Amino acid sequence: MKQLTTLHKQLLNDYQRDFPLSTRPYQDIAETLGVTEDQVLSAFTELNASGFISRIGPVIPPNHIGVSALVAMSVPEPKLQQVADIISAHPEVNHNYEREHRFNLWFVVIASDAEHLSSVIDEIEQQTAYPAMRLPMLDDFFIDLGFKLDLNNA
Amino acid sequence: MLEEKDRQLLEQIQQGLPICPRPYLEIGRLCNMPEAEVLERLSKLKQQGLIKRMGVIVKHRQLGYRANAMVVWNVPDSLIKQLGGHISQFSFVTLCYQRPRQPEWPYNLYCMIHGKDQTTVLTQLAQLVEACGLDSFDQQILFSNRCFKQRGAIYQKPKPTLADG
Repeated sequence: MKQLTTLHKQLLNDYQRDFPLSTRPYQDIAETLGVTEDQVLSAFTELNASGFISRIGPVIPPNHIGVSALVAMSVPEPKLQQVADIISAHPEVNHNYEREHRFNLWFVVIASDAEHLSSVIDEIEQQTAYPAMRLPMLDDFFIDLGFKLDLNNA
Repeated sequence: MLEEKDRQLLEQIQQGLPICPRPYLEIGRLCNMPEAEVLERLSKLKQQGLIKRMGVIVKHRQLGYRANAMVVWNVPDSLIKQLGGHISQFSFVTLCYQRPRQPEWPYNLYCMIHGKDQTTVLTQLAQLVEACGLDSFDQQILFSNRCFKQRGAIYQKPKPTLADG
């Protein structure tokens, strides 16, 4: 996909929240936007294939269903990719980023209960031989309404 | 407390709503639930706030938002709710959490800012710091480099074939 069409941009910005909960959601979107269901399905397929969207789905507030912790590690640069791969291989890890800091590897671990969460982080420490700084979430102040994208030059 | 059936449903739909004419029917097939029940449960979860929002989850980086800063502060616990609430109102902020301080890491307030480049993010941060009165608190800015993994939360052990995306 070379360039985003008007339809792509509308789908990206207008359906981050309140995606229709109906038997034919893509048809409902098509009617609102004055296009066909097939066009909406194709456009979403393209956005997905091009990696512009992660998925269509729910955003669940943290700690309501399972428990999570942000974890930070300080890893020498030459080892970083290797250590990151070991960490990413765990299904309980859902985000894993390099950041510009002495603590240069930051990842989020999610589990159904505190015991499982702790055992995953223990295992990561053993596998990588680096200490893991554990930062569980205490409070969430953010009301997620989606993110207004400026797509003028996209 | 979340019912087991809700948990199964969320588990399934977190993998992504199928892009086909009857996506909730498909989700229902995968968790042995009629389409009507899928829709009813999702509406209820949304009303209860157990779904914050339902919709497109964008990949900021691919859409030109290449700079992502995690900013942390050490603020008095007595002020954290008020400051967190204020920070969350800025449109460029995408997360805002309280986490415990650690011996090597004396910060308790976290926020995430997405922007097209680092200069934009730093300008936005300066606005935020001024408006919320954060300038007297100890602060660190951590820009992201490589993204090794990003996908939706899965709260139980998934089948290995479903991991990542």
